[in-house]
Amino acid sequence: MQQHITLDHGSGGLASQELLFKYLLPFLNNSVLNELEDSAVISIGETKLAFTTDSYVVDPIFFPGGDIARLAVNGTLNDLAMKGASPVCLSLGLILEEGLRLEEFERLSRSLSEAAEAAGIQVVTGDTKVVPHGKGDKIFINTSGIGVIHCEPVPSYHRIQPGDCILVSGTVGDHGITILTSRSGLKLETSTTSDTMPLHRLVAALLEEVKSGLHCMRDPTRGGLATTLTELAGRSGWDFEIDEEAIPIHSSVASACEILGFDPLYLANEGKCVVFVAPEHAEKTLQLMRSRHEGVSAAIIGRVMPEKNGRVILKTAIGGKRLLRPLTGEPLPRIC
Amino acid sequence: MNAFGSFEANYRRPALVSFLRERLISLFDANKGQEVFCMEVCGTHTVSIFRHGIRSLLPPGLHLISGPGCPVCVTSQRDIDAFIWLSRQDCILTTFGDLMRVPGTQGSLQEARATGARVLTVYSPMDVISVAKEHLNTLVVFLGVGFETTIPGIASMLFEAKRQNLSNLTLYPAMKLMPPALHAIFSDTGCRVQGLICPGHVSAIIGARAYEPIANQYKVPCVITGFEPVDIMQGLCVLAERILNNRPGIHNAYERVVSWDGNQRAMDMMQRVFLPADAEWRGLGVLPQSGLALRPEYANFDVRSRISFPETFVQDSSDLKNKCRCGEILKGKASPSACPLFGRACTPSRPFGPCMVSTEGTCAAFFKYGGQETCNNT
Repeated sequence: MQQHITLDHGSGGLASQELLFKYLLPFLNNSVLNELEDSAVISIGETKLAFTTDSYVVDPIFFPGGDIARLAVNGTLNDLAMKGASPVCLSLGLILEEGLRLEEFERLSRSLSEAAEAAGIQVVTGDTKVVPHGKGDKIFINTSGIGVIHCEPVPSYHRIQPGDCILVSGTVGDHGITILTSRSGLKLETSTTSDTMPLHRLVAALLEEVKSGLHCMRDPTRGGLATTLTELAGRSGWDFEIDEEAIPIHSSVASACEILGFDPLYLANEGKCVVFVAPEHAEKTLQLMRSRHEGVSAAIIGRVMPEKNGRVILKTAIGGKRLLRPLTGEPLPRIC
Repeated sequence: MNAFGSFEANYRRPALVSFLRERLISLFDANKGQEVFCMEVCGTHTVSIFRHGIRSLLPPGLHLISGPGCPVCVTSQRDIDAFIWLSRQDCILTTFGDLMRVPGTQGSLQEARATGARVLTVYSPMDVISVAKEHLNTLVVFLGVGFETTIPGIASMLFEAKRQNLSNLTLYPAMKLMPPALHAIFSDTGCRVQGLICPGHVSAIIGARAYEPIANQYKVPCVITGFEPVDIMQGLCVLAERILNNRPGIHNAYERVVSWDGNQRAMDMMQRVFLPADAEWRGLGVLPQSGLALRPEYANFDVRSRISFPETFVQDSSDLKNKCRCGEILKGKASPSACPLFGRACTPSRPFGPCMVSTEGTCAAFFKYGGQETCNNT
């Protein structure tokens, strides 16, 4: 029986869920939190707000395609976007480890400002703390975000229905494999880059076009596409059928995964969303996604089935079928 | 997945898979009522079979039994407990990732690390050389777990350490050789296995000829095949045909990687550093000459010559531990779903037995890919 927190508890998979459901939520029980969506939805008078927070502890802090500061801006924006919210502002909490080079800190600040400007949002409040050397890992960042929700009804797993088409906005696994291969000790040169980018403009365009036909959105971050799908199937209660062949995967990600024994469906994404739309809007949604830089390799990957078992069935590329399961813990490279 | 290059894509072509599937189905139609039990020895095959949904394509008479080919799963409890004990000593442990979660009698390496033990995961034994160089005043131990696929790399690491006089680098030898385990499976009185899908990576080192004694002594067909869906389906076709027509012998369907004689350089490197020795396997017990010890000229690289280990480790005799059926599962005598702990008390996030820990373990593969539920009903 485990007595301590291990890295598995932070993997976004079953161990993380157990930590939440057993050791945290019973103490904080309330109806808004219990929804466990990417953002909380709060009403103030006539206005609906989305409110979210996320902490970033990635190692290394600079990686191909981005850095921890860019992630901190885009990740929180995307959590707001998944509830259909237009972002209003961000907060920034920094925990710095003694010994971090000022030059690196400045580089991150510049990157933060570029990411915020590109997304058209401002950091309006913040806090900085420093911990002794060895008590942190260079820099940890927390960002919280507030957004205004204009759409009605709000996209949510409650609205997933049989017949809905499931789309993903682009290739999966890019961020996860980039981080895993840029960590020290792994001498594998790949051409993968992180996909970190803000998705709120893509979402706004989708909502304008598809309106209430857009039923649910999720960004498949930790735990990857497989964990996101199994979670939504479990929550909504419906079976999903996914075509493995249709899932877009960059060839360099696929080959790095083959070599290291990782499954790209379980690797994190930082600039992708999974979208559930009514079938009559599927083609339009796909074309719209593909017409924008955020969604050039978007694809329809599956559909919601009429059976109510809460399972995700994967039709494999060779015509077999199997169930998809959520990630259980930190992905470990295999021995042979 | 639509992203593979043309080479891999050829071995995943749906048309080829369905052609081979038809061949299997007509084979079983022609042999109505026959039941065939094949063992895929290697964990990588087990995972590939599940991952591609191959079980859902097979005729009902063809049964696949997963074998002892996951190195983490066959490591004895005694060795696992020794690893965890070692993590509490004044040294740095280096290991492949799979070992981190394996439950010892008291905790796992992952938990030991969470409470301060110095445990580093490495991707290649050669990485241990750099770790040892960076910590010249600390004993660095590599946990030597693996089959013939991994052993040449471990041997090269020690060869290099000796050449560079890296006296702080050591090994805990718990490596295993595959052929003795296959003998153990076929010698068992309750053995249901009628033919083998031989481990592809191991075969690349030891060569197809290594299965001659098995094929001759037990009169069974041994088919060597690769890990892609077309490889596996083709391997199963050949194996089922040979079993049904009573044609024992060796068939190498993986000639693009495996030769008759194997990789001589790799085997030379192994023999330069190691000698065969008795080894304890989980589920199979002590098998003669199934493991490796260091040759006398390398003996001081054995961590057991540097640190004195406790005589015995406390064995966990709790009720749950006793119910764990990993031992029988490794021998192919039970399927994971027959274990009372499977999916209930024992899951990948809280494993009791090693077959649930490693991604290549039979129980973990059954759990991750939906176990017995092959989705045929959907």
